[in-house]
Amino acid sequence: MKINKETVEKVAHLARLEVSEEEKDMFAHQLSDILDHAEKLNELDTEDIAPTAHALPIKNVFRKDEVRDSLDREAVLANAPEKDEGMFKVPQIVD
Amino acid sequence: MELYQLTAHQLHEKLVNKEVTAREITESIYNRIEAVEEDVKAYITLTKEDALKQADKVDEKIANGEEIGPLAGIPIAIKDNMSTEGVKTTCASKILHNYKPPYDATVIKKLSAEDYIMVGKTNMDEFAMGSSNENSGFYPTANPWDLTRVPGGSSGGSAAAVAAGEAIISLGSDTGGSIRQPAAFCGVVGMKPTYGLVSRYGLVAFASSLDQIGPFSKDITDCAIALNYIAGHDEFDSTSANREVPDYTASLNKDITGMKIGVPSEYFGDGIDQEVKDAVWTAIKKLEELGAEYEEVSLPHTEYALSAYYLIAPAEASSNLARYDGVRYGLRSEEVKGLVDMYKKTRQEGFGDEVKRRIMLGTYALSSGYYDAYYKKAQKVRTLVKQDFDRAFEKYDVLISPTTPTTSFKAGAKKDPLEMYLSDICTIPINLAGIPALSMPCGLDSNGLPIGLQIMGNHFGEEKILQIAHAFEQATDFHKKRASL
Repeated sequence: MKINKETVEKVAHLARLEVSEEEKDMFAHQLSDILDHAEKLNELDTEDIAPTAHALPIKNVFRKDEVRDSLDREAVLANAPEKDEGMFKVPQIVD
Repeated sequence: MELYQLTAHQLHEKLVNKEVTAREITESIYNRIEAVEEDVKAYITLTKEDALKQADKVDEKIANGEEIGPLAGIPIAIKDNMSTEGVKTTCASKILHNYKPPYDATVIKKLSAEDYIMVGKTNMDEFAMGSSNENSGFYPTANPWDLTRVPGGSSGGSAAAVAAGEAIISLGSDTGGSIRQPAAFCGVVGMKPTYGLVSRYGLVAFASSLDQIGPFSKDITDCAIALNYIAGHDEFDSTSANREVPDYTASLNKDITGMKIGVPSEYFGDGIDQEVKDAVWTAIKKLEELGAEYEEVSLPHTEYALSAYYLIAPAEASSNLARYDGVRYGLRSEEVKGLVDMYKKTRQEGFGDEVKRRIMLGTYALSSGYYDAYYKKAQKVRTLVKQDFDRAFEKYDVLISPTTPTTSFKAGAKKDPLEMYLSDICTIPINLAGIPALSMPCGLDSNGLPIGLQIMGNHFGEEKILQIAHAFEQATDFHKKRASL
């Protein structure tokens, strides 16, 4: 098994996920299985192969530097779980 | 025959000949929904009131003698991961259960400009992660051919809606087979276009370098018509291909004599059901009778595609899904102690197991010390998979394979994630390479379930795919078979 409970805890923190004790066991087991399967990739020598991030060649795309209307403030805030005075409201960040 | 059983091109003819009204067509669809939706559960949200208003507008245009396009007055269902202004877009996730986008996705804008009628938003695997539609955060969708079986995923709701007559056409998204696999399971046509042909602006991102929007339909002609209206360059999507879009219906009736078909042997291996192999080979022989030539070909890196995909897609997902933090939209957990606690609890409560599993896997694959061994390695293997296709398309016009290793399986049958991932083994390499591919019905198995034929083309080779698919369709009756619901 590649992934133990401690690794699950660490990765969950990086991913900002809270996981229960039960989930830690489940993910440790399942992620290990998937990564074991991924070991298959090591059968291939890819030393001189360039990685492909996109299947088609892409280049920087620029548009004209023109001012455009953005979404209305009320429309942007409409879905916010909590808002105040035209802004998103979040819990206190600094103690 | 009821109106909901017809195709878009048949309905268009009836509309312009004033044999039916758009309101009658729309009412036929909602009556059908009333009759079968309790069993199928293809939809998350229905938009009946707006649909009838839109239908009346189309009828008014016809009454005024205005010309209408092929999609005007046609009821179309939209997968619930495409932004629809003011209409809930949930991605079948609790974390977005109440989200109403303030803008339309580009595909929605394009369809609206054609006076289409939106029937509603279809059920899906949460954030398009799944191969059975059992991962919806709300409820599973059933396969209209056998309600105890899955419709496939993640666009299972869109496929089931067309198969059950609850929509004439629908849109889905395909990241590793999510249009083609459910199309095969539900006995309809489903197409994943070339990466970049259809704008992804307004599509809720899962794995951005693989996702592509495409249509479901009852036949190839409707598929070509839908593609005509959703394809095209979009300056809002930086990966959108800037090239002219042909009229895809123009290629449908061209002779296929001399077309070269490659049959990749790796897609007919041990994991593929014999009935599926037999049906696909029968289809290939039929195409040979129609004048095409076939030859077996090897795509040697096929067996590595699944492993590469299940590192690349979760890596991109873990990054894309970082935006669900309970600040700007969607769910926010209550009773939290500070900001980080709010993020963690919100995401814990809002995401289902499959989404969490992929976020964890992706975060691991991208983390310091593992990036080269997993993510970069997978991207290099992606190059090899793509090169296999590049070489094959130097010689062949299209490649043909089964769409899925089996026909639809029973709900609850696959409990192990890795076993479920194998459902997409025939479709995943196509997304890694960014090529287009279509699934169409080519037979029924001994349980009476549809079998899918997958036709793959070179980048922007949609016309050849549609040409050969249409020839097969005209020579067979599989597209006329319907779920007996």
